[in-house]
Amino acid sequence: MEIIDRIKSGDVRTVSRMIRNIEDRVEAAKAVIKEIYPHTGRAHVIGLTGAPGAGKSTLSDALITNYRKQGKTVGVLAVDPTSPFTGGAILGDRVRMQKHAEDRGVFIRSLATRGALGGLADAVDDSIHVLDAMGKDIVIVETVGTGQSEVDIMNNAHSIALVLTPGMGDEVQTIKAGVMEIADLFVINKADQKGASKLYRELQRALDMATTYQSGWRPPVLLVENIADPDTFLDRVDELREKLDEHYGILRDQAILGERERRKARVQLMNALQGAVFEPLVQSLNDSGKLEEMLDTLVQKQGDPYSLAEEIAGRYLKGAGDTG
Amino acid sequence: MSKRTLRIIVAKPGLDGHDRGARILARAFRDAGYEVVYTGCHQTPEQIVSAAIQEDVDLIGLSCLSGAHKHLFPKVVELLKEQQAEDIVVIGGGIIPKQDFQKLYDAGIQEIFTPGTPLEEIIKWIEDNVQPREELA
Repeated sequence: MEIIDRIKSGDVRTVSRMIRNIEDRVEAAKAVIKEIYPHTGRAHVIGLTGAPGAGKSTLSDALITNYRKQGKTVGVLAVDPTSPFTGGAILGDRVRMQKHAEDRGVFIRSLATRGALGGLADAVDDSIHVLDAMGKDIVIVETVGTGQSEVDIMNNAHSIALVLTPGMGDEVQTIKAGVMEIADLFVINKADQKGASKLYRELQRALDMATTYQSGWRPPVLLVENIADPDTFLDRVDELREKLDEHYGILRDQAILGERERRKARVQLMNALQGAVFEPLVQSLNDSGKLEEMLDTLVQKQGDPYSLAEEIAGRYLKGAGDTG
Repeated sequence: MSKRTLRIIVAKPGLDGHDRGARILARAFRDAGYEVVYTGCHQTPEQIVSAAIQEDVDLIGLSCLSGAHKHLFPKVVELLKEQQAEDIVVIGGGIIPKQDFQKLYDAGIQEIFTPGTPLEEIIKWIEDNVQPREELA
């Protein structure tokens, strides 16, 4: 396919329009992903997550600079939220990264969540494959501003950095489940602000409590701030870059990368099944009017959702277990 | 396939740092259901065009209050042509004297909106004149 060659040769227009196809769920995008999928898995995928305004885009920008100094090419997928009312979105992460706009070794694409609630957009997964196939060494995925439970990035990234800022609550916050658990590295940004060293100590104490770390990797905690002077900030972020490289090295040297790849593969398969099995089923129920019929039944209390679902499953999934 | 969403970039070329107007427009476009890439102030035409292509936008909205529009706006269209991306529609706004309009139209700027234009009018123009591009096949 000509498109595949153009993606592999790094043609920017093709790549950006391909990602648009993925976002818009254009059928033709699937054929392209099928072709490139076997050639992916080469890029180091880094997840950056944290609360709105914590400094994710600023860190992305500095990471890009530092990776470019290492001679690595970088792709960025920056996610911002879609309006639940209008479907519109402000994609503003680029503001911090525009100095790389003309660098041919950097490709930056903003994505809107379009209803996804896990901190990413549904298109992220396949878009990573495209950036990987276009030859980017590093793919940085910046999540939406997250709260406590948007952890989808754990299924996409090899290394996850959680960006925190001082003043976000007491020590109990540091031992909560969710986002705090998925971090491979912690970055305390705005470290010039009051409470930074307190947060540092609290994080270290929380990490002390964990009895085992996978592969012996204890998530490092880095303090950074972008107030004093840009060079110092860049140097500090280069330490983050080194830690990310180190983490990826450990993943590769141990069986954990395989484990993570398997977790990723599972999510990709589940999403594909959703698209191939569940969505067409709902569509056909909708087209035949059966869906509305069932809703009437429920509203009139003449049936219950479980019995209706079992009836549908009985009719459509007959023999589904025989496929293997 | 879901309905294609219009993607727009709102950009401020040149040296003026007054982006209130650009942000109001970005917000209005968001409320109209578009995906709006915002790149901030002090952008070169090269940066704007590169971002527009990476973001696969259908429309570039340029805002300029410094008086340099006669140079900066046509430059954006020119660079788009160089990249074979002239299918991206370019409109402009800001402090632009009436006598400059024709020169900008001739350079390929499709429409110009000056201060005081109701937001609905701009959105109506976009609805009438810009379609999300064809899918890549």
